[in-house]
Amino acid sequence: MKGNETMLDFRTSKFVLRISRDSYQLLKRHLQEKQNNQIWNIVQEHLYIDIFDGMPRSKQQIDAMVGSLAGEAKREANKSKVFFGLLKEPEIEVPLDDEDEEGENEEGKPKKKKPKKDSIGSKSKKQDPNAPPQNRIPLPELKDSDKLDKIMNMKETTKRVRLGPDCLPSICFYTFLNAYQGLTAVDVTDDSSLIAGGFADSTVRVWSVTPKKLRSVKQAADLSLIDKESDDVLERIMDEKTASELKILYGHSGPVYGASFSPDRNYLLSSSEDGTVRLWSLQTFTCLVGYKGHNYPVWDTQFSPYGYYFVSGGHDRVARLWATDHYQPLRIFAGHLADVNCTRFHPNSNYVATGSADRTVRLWDVLNGNCVRIFTGHKGPIHSLTFSPNGRFLATGATDGRVLLWDIGHGLMVGELKGHTDTVCSLRFSRDGEILASGFASLSHDSRVSPDIYVDFSGETA
Amino acid sequence: MAEEKKLKLSNTVLPSESMKVVAESMGIAQIQEETCQLLTDEVSYRIKEIAQDALKFMHMGKRQKLTTSDIDYALKLKNVEPLYGFHAQEFIPFRFASGGGRELYFYEEKEVDLSDIINTPLPRVPLDVCLKAHWLSIEGCQPAIPENPPPAPKEQQKAEATEPLKSAKPGQEEDGPLKGKGQGAAPADGKGKEKKAPPLLEGAPLRLKPRSIHELSVEQQLYYKEITEACVGSCEAKRAEALQSIATDPGLYQMLPRFSTFISEGVRVNVVQNNLALLIYLMRMVKALMDNPTLYLEKYVHELIPAVMTCIVSRQLCLRPDVDNHWALRDFAARLVAQICKHFSTTTNNIQSRITKTFTKSWVDEKTPWTTRYGSIAGLAELGHDVIKTLILPRLQQEGERIRSVLDGPVLSNIDRIGADHVQSLLLKHCAPVLAKLRLPPDNQDAYRAEFGSLGPLLCSHVVKARAQAALQAQQVNRTTLTITQPRPTLTLSQAPQPGPRTPGLLKVPGSIALPVQTLVSARAAAPPQPSPPPTKFIVMSSSSASSTQQGRAKEAPLPILLQPLPHPLPPPHLEAVPSVGGNRKLGIAPLQLQGLQKLTAPSPPDLAPLSLRLNAVAHLPVFSLHPGVRRQEPRCGRWSPRSRSHSNHPGEWPT
Repeated sequence: MKGNETMLDFRTSKFVLRISRDSYQLLKRHLQEKQNNQIWNIVQEHLYIDIFDGMPRSKQQIDAMVGSLAGEAKREANKSKVFFGLLKEPEIEVPLDDEDEEGENEEGKPKKKKPKKDSIGSKSKKQDPNAPPQNRIPLPELKDSDKLDKIMNMKETTKRVRLGPDCLPSICFYTFLNAYQGLTAVDVTDDSSLIAGGFADSTVRVWSVTPKKLRSVKQAADLSLIDKESDDVLERIMDEKTASELKILYGHSGPVYGASFSPDRNYLLSSSEDGTVRLWSLQTFTCLVGYKGHNYPVWDTQFSPYGYYFVSGGHDRVARLWATDHYQPLRIFAGHLADVNCTRFHPNSNYVATGSADRTVRLWDVLNGNCVRIFTGHKGPIHSLTFSPNGRFLATGATDGRVLLWDIGHGLMVGELKGHTDTVCSLRFSRDGEILASGFASLSHDSRVSPDIYVDFSGETA
Repeated sequence: MAEEKKLKLSNTVLPSESMKVVAESMGIAQIQEETCQLLTDEVSYRIKEIAQDALKFMHMGKRQKLTTSDIDYALKLKNVEPLYGFHAQEFIPFRFASGGGRELYFYEEKEVDLSDIINTPLPRVPLDVCLKAHWLSIEGCQPAIPENPPPAPKEQQKAEATEPLKSAKPGQEEDGPLKGKGQGAAPADGKGKEKKAPPLLEGAPLRLKPRSIHELSVEQQLYYKEITEACVGSCEAKRAEALQSIATDPGLYQMLPRFSTFISEGVRVNVVQNNLALLIYLMRMVKALMDNPTLYLEKYVHELIPAVMTCIVSRQLCLRPDVDNHWALRDFAARLVAQICKHFSTTTNNIQSRITKTFTKSWVDEKTPWTTRYGSIAGLAELGHDVIKTLILPRLQQEGERIRSVLDGPVLSNIDRIGADHVQSLLLKHCAPVLAKLRLPPDNQDAYRAEFGSLGPLLCSHVVKARAQAALQAQQVNRTTLTITQPRPTLTLSQAPQPGPRTPGLLKVPGSIALPVQTLVSARAAAPPQPSPPPTKFIVMSSSSASSTQQGRAKEAPLPILLQPLPHPLPPPHLEAVPSVGGNRKLGIAPLQLQGLQKLTAPSPPDLAPLSLRLNAVAHLPVFSLHPGVRRQEPRCGRWSPRSRSHSNHPGEWPT
């Protein structure tokens, strides 16, 4: 025993314990109050306490956050401030709204006015303390159609029933039949009117799920005949003969791994194995631009919530920020050690989150291209990401079957959702942020279910 | 252990012999061992790298199976030319050959005749991708439509039926937040009952039927109505669809009590009416229910067995016994009973031994008419070879004499003659294969005559035939033979007293199974005051509901009570709602449907006041009408599975 080096090592070395300053203060105070000198001596003799400033973590959090491919993220990496608040909504006059509702139902008038005022007021009047300055990132001007959309959105918000454990949503489930394992990407527009699917046979298909069919604009020769002064010019430019429920977009030369609608529903982005991101017009159903730069398969792409910008990430281990009118990327977010599997914009458009095969999730500042957060903890490649609608949380899913919830403010994990046994392929929050839906690919369980499970939360009362 | 395996896998390298073989195939004869080693390491690394990249493509394609195209894309990443034409039909396209001490795997490439390919008709064009919407959840409650998984999986149903105490709690907890309609109520109530009467738990699992108010949604009510109408209606195509729906739909769990009552009441009424067609339809319904892989019928077996048994052993099943083929119904029902025994007989409920006992009793009885005799034998024979061996073969001689006395003796009644004839062919059909197995080949007419009496010679020739078709027969026998595990036939014959309070229950229930048949059959002959032949449909209703209560009580009360005509309960308040239904044929059935539709409660408990049930129903309905029509519309369309499925625009859209 005496000569054993291992024993000697155990006796003389101190055990290193990382502990937050708050926790350490509490421990010290507790021991002093109880006059528990013996324990204090043991602590002094055998433990080396490494004190750090910041949020104390629970054991669960520590367990969940260790074990990334490149080790746990350094504390310094997550120190910079992140403006995770939402941008101020533009002031929109909604007189139209009021009239509509009065016409619709008179009895509900007094009741409905109140919540609407609240929701609009809270958004527009008060500036969120965590929100970035309004012009931190130049955003496109609002068009008239955008304003109309916003008004519709607000109207729906006021009617929406708040979801919760007592009030579960109605879910409409869309199944892609006869896809023969070929479906690789899916996106749904914000108003649930269009669904786009990217397929392994290089096509992108767009379906209309409302009775309104998809029509393309007339040919140039026919367009010149139209009276441009007429009121229904927007209706006249559409070619009735092309109306159909499904439009197929040809152009890629490899499986389409990412698809994203623009918020105004005029464009569609798709990213493919062939290394390009393509921008499609949903007016003419043709390809407008092919953005080349990745050179390797592009795994994911997404439009900014305000349009104009979009982000893509691929096998070349970088994520790129593009603007639709530039053929070269505006920013290149480099830092991941392996493929960037998924990319998502923060709801305020100032940040981009990327999930990678190196098992980390990074948050990048769009303004200067810096990495402002590194979330470690997943035990497998990240395959899905989503921000909560209030911008405060980030949910990530990986091949380890876990869904982790992160608080962007302090960069710590706040929750772990277990239940999946395999890769979590898709994640979506409900519009009010109360419910998180997750989908995973499963051949064995039910071959009818398409790999992407998309959930449309139609929580509003009709 | 698993880690070790993983470690091994990650350290795997190709054997250096492979390098030599490859080199040889390239024309390089002499290659150094050291070179081989280096090459092995390099090639193994490259292969793993490609496999890793291919895996990425698999994951991004949201698949769980690596395809050849994934490998192609991975090769493309590395700027390697992909392997062209490597799309084999088989999973492993290599063939193995050995010779001269060497083992070789090769890729089989057959010569292809182009004219063959040109001349073969084109394969069907695969269906295009399409979108289909259905409701996964309506306000947090999953509608029971074929697209969704069944609300209560079979295992859970089984757990509820067999281990109510264990499953009661989790069932409650699970269903509570889901607002499952009546789903959690059944086990919970079963549990409540157990608390009150713990001694009943032993040996009486048949009593654990749901005793709660079941609510069916409007769609379910409509479905029930349409299905039951189609099942007993006149359109055969509709019936086939309805039966297919019963046999395949996953969401029928909630409606099981209703279907079960529908069948048992329907049989009760139609046996009296001698309506063979309807009885056949009802038996087909039982078969469809049994075939549904998502249903566990244990809780309803007590209602189904008497109905099926009735169709086997009833004295008369059709109006013209000499012409109609009621024998087929008996055979069919006998197979059903055998199937029930196979699925649900356990050491606790002893279904098989009780059924065997019932059959034997009526067969042994001298006065049993030929029809019942036929049914009993068919029922026994379907139970398998062991039952035939121990119960039928010893009685062959006796039975043969009886048959001969009818066939050879003076013609007293044509019906008896036909009956005896059928019994004879039935015995020959079932006994021959068994005898062929039991006895050694030299088949001697005299030996058979000595052992089996007058049936001997015929049996002998049948056995010879059976042996001749041995191979074919063996397959068929294997198919129909049931493995009888626990209730050994010897046990069923001996009147061994069962310990404790189980004895009356055991002896009684077969009685109550057989009894409704007898009362109903005798009702025709002696016309007792209660189930008299119906002058109007209302009386059919009341008599059926009365007898249902009678039977409901019969299971709990001792035997004597069963024989007393019970006072009629409350006159059903919905009688006036019965529309006039013309025709004799539908007499019994039409009111029953209405009953099922209006009575929104479990049919089994006899002591529920019908008035409160009605109130319940009324209180329940408006809830649905408040819902926006659009939202309810779609699931309902989806529910119309049999027709909409087969006539939809995309017939082959569900890959099986």
